[in-house]
Amino acid sequence: MAEIVLDHVVKRYPDGALAVDDLNLEIRDGEFIILVGPSGCGKSTTLNMIAGLEDITQGELRIDGQVVNDKAPKDRDIAMVFQSYALYPHMTVAENMAFPLVLAKVDQKTIDQKVGEAAEMLELTNHLDRKPANLSGGQRQRVAMGRAIVRSPKAFLMDEPLSNLDAKLRVQMRTQVSRIQKALGTTTVYVTHDQTEAMTLGDRVVVMRGGIVQQVGSPTELYEHPTNLFVGGFIGSPSMNFLPATIEGDRLQTGLGELTVPGAVRRAVQESTSKQVLIGLRPEHFEDASLVGDKPGATVTVPVDLVESMGSDVYAYFTVQGEQVTSGDLEDLAKDTGQDMVGEGTTVTARLDAAARVRAGQQAELWVDTSKMHVFDVGSGRNLTAGVGEHADA
Amino acid sequence: MTAVPITPQRRIGWSVANAIVLVYAFVPIIWIISLSLKGDDTLNDGNFLPLNPDTTAYSDIFRNSDFIRALVNSIGICLIATGIALTLATMAAYAIARLEFPGKRAIVATSLLISMFPQIALVTPLFKIETAIGIFDTWPGLILPYITFALPLGIYTLSAFFREIPWELEKAAQMDGATPYQAFRRVIAPLALPGVFTTAILVFIACWNDFLFAISLTSTNSARTVPAAMSYFTGATTFEKPTAAIAAAAVVITIPIVLFVLFFQRRIVAGLTSGAVKG
Ligand SMILES: Nc1ncnc2c1ncn2[C@@H]1O[C@H](COP(=O)(O)OP(=O)(O)OP(=O)(O)O)[C@@H](O)[C@H]1O
Ligand SMILES: [Mg+2]
Repeated sequence: MAEIVLDHVVKRYPDGALAVDDLNLEIRDGEFIILVGPSGCGKSTTLNMIAGLEDITQGELRIDGQVVNDKAPKDRDIAMVFQSYALYPHMTVAENMAFPLVLAKVDQKTIDQKVGEAAEMLELTNHLDRKPANLSGGQRQRVAMGRAIVRSPKAFLMDEPLSNLDAKLRVQMRTQVSRIQKALGTTTVYVTHDQTEAMTLGDRVVVMRGGIVQQVGSPTELYEHPTNLFVGGFIGSPSMNFLPATIEGDRLQTGLGELTVPGAVRRAVQESTSKQVLIGLRPEHFEDASLVGDKPGATVTVPVDLVESMGSDVYAYFTVQGEQVTSGDLEDLAKDTGQDMVGEGTTVTARLDAAARVRAGQQAELWVDTSKMHVFDVGSGRNLTAGVGEHADA
Repeated sequence: MTAVPITPQRRIGWSVANAIVLVYAFVPIIWIISLSLKGDDTLNDGNFLPLNPDTTAYSDIFRNSDFIRALVNSIGICLIATGIALTLATMAAYAIARLEFPGKRAIVATSLLISMFPQIALVTPLFKIETAIGIFDTWPGLILPYITFALPLGIYTLSAFFREIPWELEKAAQMDGATPYQAFRRVIAPLALPGVFTTAILVFIACWNDFLFAISLTSTNSARTVPAAMSYFTGATTFEKPTAAIAAAAVVITIPIVLFVLFFQRRIVAGLTSGAVKG
């Protein structure tokens, strides 16, 4: 049980690479915190600094109020689960799990009891005498978890612990990790690439980019109120659609057509210094116009390129013509998701109700929930509507 | 593609091939054993195997105090040299495989340079140095050059083994509460053991077989090892060659090597690190 505070933490590697810049984060006791971000953004570096495996160039790391910058990993009482599991191949499952206790000079009876308890929790009781080489990926992952939990550390650090597992096992293990963390109530810092893990596991999510924290908040907060273009595009799958727009009085001229904006959004937009903005619309903020009735919003007519029916939802894809806007944030996002941004216009994804009657190759009337629309500054990527609060009721 | 079935013809083919290789490898060994069992009179009788083997050559060499002394020298010098070289090489190889430190490339390059140096070129300077500092014809006088030439070999083999061991295991050990020494002792060293044993065998054989230094850096039997001592064997008369005695000595000094290799080889288990990382 511990509270971990990162206070203006900076990490610069000996070769000059700035991996983490001015990181401030307060992790509360018992909290499950997730670090996400594109590859190379400094997630593992942050975790290793908390663990003590990397030194901190500048700033302070406090665990339970005590500065631990110069403490060796073994004196921090933190357990870590590595992406590669890092099991000791010459020891059996039981010996692997017992290793931290043996080092702590715990007596054999207590060791047996604790290892037994952990094995039971992780369903490893039948495998205690086997070597890691003879275990499946999921079993190895559980041994790694077991080794972390036996000694009841102050905190768990997990660096993409599930990324080596296949999709089905990952779902299983995800619920198991969540259950264990809830049961033990141990402060946990969890690094992941996986949207679903980020949205479902954590109490709070930290989005990082290029060593800088973009936003910290609960999954819903990040989803509904991203502070900038990057967070908006990174969180959510399928991701937010971005369209260039021009402000004309209280209207926005977009590739979709002219959109009238509701009051709260309008106020935010009026603060914009530039007439050029980017609007962000999540796929579920579109709907087949014939199913909506007369809810406030805008109705646009678009040529549908492709329709995918998922049973519960229908995904409609269409291309919006119009001038391209280049933005560093968008390029970064595209790189991370592997989408290529070249090509005519912008492809928009809309998630419609299963009853929607849209056909590929035909024009469709779509309703847009403009009250949920985000407006971003092109230059800084800042979300102009972020401070507006719950603008759905505007 | 289907696997080729093992037909009787193929089986016979392989057996013949194996037999040829075995014969090729074992003829010299059988020959020297055969020579050691022949008396001086039947030495040139043209038979590959002795007609009436006798073991006088063996009892002779074990009555020869020079040979006994040389055997003791050989065993002592080689074990000590192997032990010291292995300890130093393990530490050096670990540092080279794991740490970044200034001068690392220079050390690796120097050790490579030493192993490439023709040893014969060093005999005269070594002789001069050793007589000057008074370790000529002593155990340290041989142990020192043996260590020097065993180190590059050891460092190279061992650092390859250390590189095989996933770095993360050491980090994991640290997180589990181990001091750096405990991490090395309980996680890294057990995993590096096959490498240590392999290197031990290589280094020991290199010392055991050395003739050049043994003959040029000794002058009496106080440090002379068996390969050198054998060249000083004398026959019954000045005109007779002590062929049987030399053959018997050659057979005898093979035995410790065979034992040494058998002892360590059983500890070389391949794939010791499998299962450490990934799924
Ligand atoms: N030992 C090192 N020396 C120098 N630079 C490093 C070192 N380790 C990492 N970096 C750099 O620091 C930055 C952050 O790396 P880090 O491993 O923390 O990324 P990450 O967010 O964990 O990425 P991934 O999702 O790919 O694991 C990267 O730009 C990387 O190149
Ligand atoms: Mg990483």
